Parts: sequence; C-alpha cells; structure tokens
Amino acid sequence: MTGWQQHLMVLPIALPLIVGAMMIALDEQRSRLKAAMGIASILVMLGVGIALALQAHAGGTAIGVYRLGNWPTSFGIVLMLDRLSALLLVLTSLLGLAALLYALPRWQRMGAHFHALLQFQLMGLNGAFLTGDLFNLFVFFEVLLAASYGLALHGSGVARVKAGLHYISINLAASLLFLIGVSMIYGVAGTLNMADLAARIPSMPAANRPLLEAGAAILGIAFLAKAAMWPLGFWLMPTYAAASPPSAAIFSMMSKVGIYAVLRLVLLLFGPEAGASAGFGGTWVMAGGIATIAFGAVSVLATQDLPRLAGASVLISSGTLLAAVGAGQAAVTGGALFYLVSSALAIGAFFLLVELLERGREVGADVLAVTLEAFGDGEEEDVEDDAAGVPIPATMAVLGACFLCCALLLAGLPPLPGFIAKFAMLTGILNPAGLSEGPALVPPGGWALLIALIVSGFATVVAMARAGIRNIWAASDRAVPRVGAIEIAPVLLLLFVCLGMTAAAGPVMRYMQATAAALHAPQEMVQQVLGRGP
Amino acid sequence: MELILALAIGVLGGSGVWLLMRPRTFQLIIGLSLLSYAVNLFIFSMGRFPIGAPPILEPGSSGDPATFADPLPQSLVLTAIVIGFATTALFLVVMLAARGLTGGDHVDGRPPR
Repeated sequence: MTGWQQHLMVLPIALPLIVGAMMIALDEQRSRLKAAMGIASILVMLGVGIALALQAHAGGTAIGVYRLGNWPTSFGIVLMLDRLSALLLVLTSLLGLAALLYALPRWQRMGAHFHALLQFQLMGLNGAFLTGDLFNLFVFFEVLLAASYGLALHGSGVARVKAGLHYISINLAASLLFLIGVSMIYGVAGTLNMADLAARIPSMPAANRPLLEAGAAILGIAFLAKAAMWPLGFWLMPTYAAASPPSAAIFSMMSKVGIYAVLRLVLLLFGPEAGASAGFGGTWVMAGGIATIAFGAVSVLATQDLPRLAGASVLISSGTLLAAVGAGQAAVTGGALFYLVSSALAIGAFFLLVELLERGREVGADVLAVTLEAFGDGEEEDVEDDAAGVPIPATMAVLGACFLCCALLLAGLPPLPGFIAKFAMLTGILNPAGLSEGPALVPPGGWALLIALIVSGFATVVAMARAGIRNIWAASDRAVPRVGAIEIAPVLLLLFVCLGMTAAAGPVMRYMQATAAALHAPQEMVQQVLGRGP
Repeated sequence: MELILALAIGVLGGSGVWLLMRPRTFQLIIGLSLLSYAVNLFIFSMGRFPIGAPPILEPGSSGDPATFADPLPQSLVLTAIVIGFATTALFLVVMLAARGLTGGDHVDGRPPR
C-alpha cells in the first residue's frame, strides 16, 4: 500500500460525511440531485469496499492500519482494516444502495432529509467497522444511532413515533452502559486501543482482572442490546416493523454492528492468550444466543403480519450469530460469517418485499394514508399514482418468486446460501477438532446450538409457508399491487447477490474461513497495529 | 474527596434509574440526564484524582505521572457531554412529536387500563 491507496481506507467514513453535509445545505425540493449524489457516493463506497476486500484477501495476514494524523498508535486513533471489516463495508454499501433505490419513487418524499440521514447512517456503520479504538467505536455508534433515530421516524405517524420513543430510550441507556464499560476498561488497562488492550491483557495482574471483566461485561451488555439478544431485544420487533421499508432494510445491517463488536472484542481481548481471562463471556453469549433463537422462533410462529415476521427473522439471525460466536471455534465462526452476509441480504430484501406485498391490502393503505395526513400536505397524492414508474409485468409471479427466495434464505434450505451457511456451522459444531481428526466429543452447548438451528429453521419454514399462502396464493380476489421496476430492482439486486454467493460458494467460503482463522489468531494483527510487525 | 464523588455518582445514578422506570416522558428524560451526569463523573473518576495537578506536562519535567492529571478521561468526558447533549435534544423533539400525535405524555402513548 503506497501513495493514495493508503488513504483509500478513510474514504468510506469521509465520503458519506461530506456528501451528507452537502445534502443538508441543499433545498428539500431538489430530491433528484440529492438522490444522484447519494447513489454516486454509495457506488464509490461499494467500489472502495470491494477493492479493500480484494486487497485484504490478497495481503494474507497483512492488515491495513491508518493512523489518523499520523500519531503513533499509543497516542492517536487508528483505523484498522482486515478481511472482516472489508466484508462488512461491502455488505453495508449493498444494503445502502438497495434502500436508496427503493426510496426513490415514493419514500424519499415522506419526510425530511432522508438522503442525508442515510449517508450519516452509512458513515456510522462504516466507521464502526473500521475503527480500532473503543472510544472511537462509541462515537461511531452514536453517529449511526443518531441517524437511525431519524430514519426510524422517517415518514412519521403514531406507530413510528411510539416505537421510536422506546427505541431511542433503550439506546440512550445502552450508550451510557457503553461509556461505563469503556471508562472502566481505561481505568484498569490505561488504553482504549483494541490492539494495545489485547497486548496488555495477558500480563495484567490478577487483582485487576475482576474490574476488567466487569468493564467488558458492561460493554457487552451495550453491544448485546444493540444485537437484540434476549432479554435485551424486546424493542426490535415493534421498531423494525413500524419503520419505513428502506430504513428497515438498512437497519438489518445495524443489528449486525452489535454482533460485529462482540465478535471482534471477544476474540481479540479474550482469546487463548488472555491468561486467566481466556474465553471470558463465551458461554454467556452462547446461552443468550440460543435463548434469542428460541424467542425468535416462537415470535416467527406467533406473528400475523409480514413486517413483524421480518422483525422476528432479525431476532433469529442475531441469535444464531451470537450463539455461533459464543461457540468459539474458527470453523463455526467461518460459517457464521457466511450466514451473517446471507441473512443480512435476505432480511433487507424481505423488508423491502413486504411493503410491496402489503401494498394491495387495506392495512398498508391505512398506514400510508395516516403517514400522508401527518406529514404530507396533500401534494404527494397526485404524484402517488405514477410515482412507481413503469409497472413490471407478471407482478404477482415476480413477487412470489422473490418471496420464495427470501423464505429459502431465511429458513436455510438448499440451494441458496442460507443452507450453505448453516451446513458450515453444523459441520464445525459436530467436528470441533476439524474434519480430518475424526469423531471428537461435541460439547453440550454444541448440541443445544444444533437443535436450536434446526428447530428455528423449521419454525421459519412453517411461518413463511403460512405467510406465503395467505398473501400470494389465497388472495386472488384482491387488487394486484402496482410495483414499479425501480422498486423491485433493489430486491432483485440483493437476491442476485445471494444467488451469486451460491454459485461462487467455494471462493466466498474460503474468504470467510480465512477471515475466521485470522480472527481466532489475532497476535499478528496486534503486532501490526502497534507498529512492531513487518 | 473519593467518598463525596462516590456518593454523588451513586445518588445521581440511583435517581436516574428510578426515574427511568417511571411512566411519563418528562421523568424519563430527566432520568436519562441524571444518569448521564453520573456516567460523566464516573468517567472522570477513572483518571484518578491528583489534587491540584494540571492535565499538562510542565516544561522540562520528566513526565512523572504523579505530577499531572490524566488528560484522556477529561477529553472523553467532554466528548460524552457533547454527544449526550445532542442526543437528549433529539430525544426531546421526538417526545414533543409523541405528545402531539398521541395527545398524552405516557411512554406507551396511553396509560394501561
């Protein structure tokens, strides 16, 4: 990495910040210009993300370190880029692109500053994935949360404001816990740099360890509330179901931030080298994850309407990822990363699809009418009819095929990547010592996770089949929803990426396994971030 | 000094948590504000308290940690105050919107019957 390439890393944070700030200065009427700026910015982010991912993958164990202001690591703030960060950057910009495209015909006019908020949301997400410093992580969390408050309320209406009130208060309280955790860790270890912490924890005196672990646990509660672990995740379903579909699609990435933070910190700070603290919290994360899967499976079966069904699938996805992280094996983590990507794409597509399916029904029309009443001045109504653009042919067939794809992805049935991911995780669970080592003793937690994965997949199949029959097959008497090409395009984009992951499952899985292996052996990364490495 | 600070954090935090559990939005926001004061004091206390020591190095001094206060928690507190202030203001706006839309100040929109 030389010259300008070195500065590529800071672009996913700096670009949306600048573009978003410029959008605020523009008048609300110029939505066309804002949309063009937004799309250009996200496309650049996507390109940079892919370039960084290729670079990280080609670089082997070498990771990107960007010292802001060129201060040495122990004084300044660093950004670090490994395969995991690069992967999540790509995923974020894909979901951002889908949300933005979907919002073009209709939703961008339902409230103020949609495009600027989306840019800030992406900035916060990218920053959280890139930063190598705990307090900087807090700052980016606040950026993405502040933008998400705006996006959750986008379109206004009673349901959104009520759900938003709970969402914001939960997150403000969780942020305070975050601060307590961070300051306790600083008080004990004297540094907030993640790599520096990882280097200092092994030699920490035993007297300080309880304080460090308490700080890490409090920090963990803040992350787990974000990842909606049971019993911290009751806010998720009402908020996500009430949010406007483009916001909900980008939120499917937001719940992954908490999981990213847990994954990164558990493996970095409490890996095998951490001495007496090794493996701290793993059992709790796993137990919480399994409880979340159980809660999500019950919710999936219990929900009647589609947006809440999508919200419940977020819970199952979060629970699966947390339990897999808690298992603490590189093979399971690799499968979990594959699952993270496929489930984020599938849930994003599903949130967008749900609104298209609901459009023909009175319930959806009511919500839209309330929204217009609360926010619009009647001007939108005449735009409404032709806003969706060119209607696509065979609407119900296309929607049905997309629904089927989402169902297969969420339930983890072949041939889509949801199945490959679950298969990889189960292989890892059943062969803790590696495939070549022959049969080994599977820990009880492994069996519990295996049962939870299978049962939750079954519950999802039942719920999705029921919803599909009710909304696509049995509803012959209702009007076919008018769906514009630009609205179905983002759903198709996300699903095609999933299909691509099936077609290229080998290379993608190798990338994930290499990521997991690097995460489970972070010494190399620590040395490089501290500037002692090659 | 330690006792006074610990009591202040405890009283602020306890009152904040109690108010957070109350059903009115006004109590909620005051509770969150009190909690954030408690957290800010807590962060500050993580830098220990060398009394009368400035958070800068004297010219020509060797950098003995006993002679200067740790500047990092102070800057963390400053950042946390700014962010907390902004999010509280944002929350206030949402509360006003909820008041306007639901016609009440209950956190669930209306009190349970």
